[in-house]
Amino acid sequence: MADTKDFGALTEGVYYILLSLLTPMHGYGIMQNVKLLSNERVELGAGTLYGALSTLAERGWIELLQGDQDSRKKEYRITADGRSAVRNEMARLDELLANGKKLIIGEPE
Amino acid sequence: MSLVQRKFFSDFEKEEEWLNEMAAKGLALSEYSWARYVFEESGKREYIYRIELLKEDPKGPEAAGYLQFMKETGAELVPTGKWLWGLLKYNNLRWVIFRRKASEGAFTIYSDIDSKIRHYKRVNSLWMSLAMMELIIGLLNISLMFVNNPTALNMINLVMGLLLIILSLFFISISRPIRQKITKLQNDKLIRE
Repeated sequence: MADTKDFGALTEGVYYILLSLLTPMHGYGIMQNVKLLSNERVELGAGTLYGALSTLAERGWIELLQGDQDSRKKEYRITADGRSAVRNEMARLDELLANGKKLIIGEPE
Repeated sequence: MSLVQRKFFSDFEKEEEWLNEMAAKGLALSEYSWARYVFEESGKREYIYRIELLKEDPKGPEAAGYLQFMKETGAELVPTGKWLWGLLKYNNLRWVIFRRKASEGAFTIYSDIDSKIRHYKRVNSLWMSLAMMELIIGLLNISLMFVNNPTALNMINLVMGLLLIILSLFFISISRPIRQKITKLQNDKLIRE
């Protein structure tokens, strides 16, 4: 769990992939879900998603669903490390947002 | 009814643009090989085309996982034709063309700056390694002239050498816009994701 803090900001793609994988999902499902979560703003490219999934699996933030190895469609789910990476990211976003709100108030638009 | 078009592109993004323009007119690419494109009639804007330089050999195990993944997301690989009666198969190359039904929504392969940069770097290193290869062989050819006594054979070395150097310069020049795009994206990355 130590290394979840070692990397700076998550990309918004990775952040939404991790959130999606709170429910086990395969690649296409993740793409659809991220689009839905972001009101169609974030459309993950298939190549980008594939790269992100392999990196996240290597890092241990997500895992391939057990017993699913032979199945053609690979399903992934988030791990405990993945969850803590999301929480760290949320704390970082909270800080950014809080500072932004505090300092921008009273400023002309 | 199918339509065959011969065209040469040195810029894969221009090629992609052209394929999408053809698709908009109702001509969907169904097969390609060296500078030869076969189109089938289809509905207007039925498909969106994307070109990619794969990381690995398309017949290898790593690429198989990726190609399977692309298939699951609704993208299909445009089949490659044979050339010289099958002696030169285009599918030995890492360049692939994907297409996906436009009804499935926007189709992009790389959606963030990092993965775009990685893809452009792959393309740049392909062109630059070809350029270096031609340059080295070209210079070797020319240097042979000075080893032997001048003969007619040496003239062949000179001509070959110069041709290879021109080819090398060609690869350096077609990869220049790619390097400019990489620089631009790297600058973008300093201020946004």
